[in-house]
Amino acid sequence: MPDPTATEEASQVQAPFESWGRYPTYGAKLLPLHWQSDFPALTADLHNGALPVGMGRSYGDVCLLKDGNLLVTTAMNRLINFDAETGLLTAEAGVTLAQILDFAVPRGFFLPVSPGTKYVTLGGAIANDIHGKNHHTAGTFGCHIAQLELVRSDGSHMICSPTENPEFYSATIGGLGLTGVITWATLRLKPIVSRKIDYEGIQFHGIDEFLDLTNQAHDVEYTVSWVDVTSTGRNFARGVFMQGDHSTKKDDLKPSPKPKLVFPFEAPGFALNALSVSLFNTAFFHKQIHKRVVAVQDYEPFFYPLDKVLRWNRMYGKRGLLQFQYVIPWEHAKEGTIAILHEVAKSGLASFLAVLKAFGDAPSPGMMSFPKPGITLALDFPIKPDKSFPLFQRLADMTLEFGGRLYPAKDAAMTAPQFQAFYPQWQHFAQYRDPLLTSSFWERVTQNS
Amino acid sequence: MSTTPHTTTTPRKILVLGATSGIAEATCRIWAFQGASLFLVARNAEKLAAVAADLKTRGASYVDTAVADLDDTDQHPALLAHAVNSLTGMDIAYLAHGILGDQIEAERDFNTAAQILHTNFVAPVSLLTWLANFCVQRRAGTIAVISSVAGDRGRKSNYLYGSSKAGLSAFLGGLRNRVDREGVTVLTIKPGPVKTAMTANMPKSEKFADVESVAESIVSAIDKRKDILYVPFQWQPIMFIIRNIPERIFKKLNL
Ligand SMILES: Cc1cc2nc3c(=O)[nH]c(=O)nc-3n(C[C@H](O)[C@H](O)[C@H](O)COP(=O)(O)OP(=O)(O)OC[C@H]3O[C@@H](n4cnc5c(N)ncnc54)[C@H](O)[C@@H]3O)c2cc1C
Repeated sequence: MPDPTATEEASQVQAPFESWGRYPTYGAKLLPLHWQSDFPALTADLHNGALPVGMGRSYGDVCLLKDGNLLVTTAMNRLINFDAETGLLTAEAGVTLAQILDFAVPRGFFLPVSPGTKYVTLGGAIANDIHGKNHHTAGTFGCHIAQLELVRSDGSHMICSPTENPEFYSATIGGLGLTGVITWATLRLKPIVSRKIDYEGIQFHGIDEFLDLTNQAHDVEYTVSWVDVTSTGRNFARGVFMQGDHSTKKDDLKPSPKPKLVFPFEAPGFALNALSVSLFNTAFFHKQIHKRVVAVQDYEPFFYPLDKVLRWNRMYGKRGLLQFQYVIPWEHAKEGTIAILHEVAKSGLASFLAVLKAFGDAPSPGMMSFPKPGITLALDFPIKPDKSFPLFQRLADMTLEFGGRLYPAKDAAMTAPQFQAFYPQWQHFAQYRDPLLTSSFWERVTQNS
Repeated sequence: MSTTPHTTTTPRKILVLGATSGIAEATCRIWAFQGASLFLVARNAEKLAAVAADLKTRGASYVDTAVADLDDTDQHPALLAHAVNSLTGMDIAYLAHGILGDQIEAERDFNTAAQILHTNFVAPVSLLTWLANFCVQRRAGTIAVISSVAGDRGRKSNYLYGSSKAGLSAFLGGLRNRVDREGVTVLTIKPGPVKTAMTANMPKSEKFADVESVAESIVSAIDKRKDILYVPFQWQPIMFIIRNIPERIFKKLNL
């Protein structure tokens, strides 16, 4: 019988902690941080290094540490202060964006930047300096962090802001959890008067049409495109450009209902073959029957269409999935994107969800932040060892040739030379690392080979 | 649960003993969202302050705290009187403190065993005596206490903890029998295993109850003036079976 009373502080256990891609998987000790004072107190005689983690919504190994200690922050999820005049919310780093929305929306506030899932923590959003559909109008998540507290393994506490300890502020935003544990942060929320989004979906054929739509929409707050990466010929790079603004018509600001669907089992390997994916892609494209669709939509399906089914990543079966997300600067953005889309289509390796977006000019505060002005494309492949990894390497090399870089939050396969070329500032960043903290990602991309 | 952060009726006045425990904190978040007035007691000042700030931010109408070691029964009358004063009354008293203790150590050393019995049984009896008399005098109030399914039958892996909770459950049964006719409700809460931060990201984690849904069940059991709550509810039939395994078989099991 499991112990019915294990609700109080629990001791450490050896267990797998999965990232969203479910690849790679490593054993690690899980140490929950319940209280801000638990770090570094609980790590006093730890060996093999440690890494703070949130919801494990990164796809690869930035949130893993093989045979090390994972400091699970999700129980450290208290709110500390909220100022309804300024929209400044101070909260512990383990609070999720879903929990922030439940709190903020009924009070007329919304996240300044939101990724494609709300099940990520405040700390995780900072450590990957995540971006959303409003990158071109709002910059990254880190742009809205007024201050944060960083606790180091030597026990020192630092308030970091653009003016206080600015170098640690810059190293910690996008710092991949390596500079210390973020215990709390102050986030600037934005006012809303409705849950609704004024939505418009527009079909496009090819990158030129995508770029035209992007230019026309530079005043629209949110833009993102879904692109069909399975079609060639006449249908090459067809897609749906989706744009939206928060509705300005006052409406009921009730909290979201709880999700009920959980993807029930691991799909067998054959479920996601190239045929089913291309059928899905065709269906998605034609779901939007008209060239242009205008609608008023709740924010949940607009921002988090995938959150409706919890743990949908199981659809990819046991081997998991590989993500690939690049940004290529404007100079080569168009040719690079076309070349990479051709390479993907040619490979016949299916990608369910390919998301295309133009990043804006707002500089990221993070030293290691991924976004820069240009085009970003995110793809995923079910893992077929003999095919997925060679394709990934070809795409990574092409990205490098076009002057782009890959997103560590979505990576499980870039090589050390690739990473060091994508992020030449990495050695400077390494000076701010906490000596106790490391990740499987960091070990992989900094090894000299 | 209402959909707006604040209800219009006068806020409920709730005393929480052991407010920094995971289940208590989750329960308090629901009450804070409803706009309740809370008086929180816990041993660790820093943790208590973090919980209080959270509940205040989430919408509690009023939050006051006291740092106390509830093992010290001499302090109970003054502490409880102060709490009731601060809240200007009391609609609900929620006892959520307790320790798991070290079973192995307790098998060797009676002092460890006595400590578990003191914290989980003797100290609550002291608190409940005062609280029950306070409620009886007013002919109103709900007393909700976290016991455990472990109190339903002793087993070798944690019978000290189990027997302390068995004593507590028996005490609550008797107390309910006494005060129900005086308009006072006593709720015995028997939780099963609850998901923690540690188990949350494990592959099979959805088999455990998460602390938010446990808290919701507790709030609703209090609102419905229930007597006994197994939470999650599946533990009621499970414990029925476990209680009814013949001793000659049970004594051979590894539970
Ligand atoms: C469906 C889906 C859609 C997504 N869409 C987007 C998107 O649109 N844009 C985007 O940018 N990303 C997107 N992501 C990726 C996701 O937003 C990031 O990986 C995010 O960082 C995950 O947060 P987490 O809480 O799960 O952190 P984890 O994945 O657990 O950890 C991420 C990093 O944060 C560090 N970290 C966590 N907590 C702390 C702390 N308290 N202190 C210091 N470091 C810490 C970890 O060490 C690790 O390096 C998406 C992911 C999914 C699954």
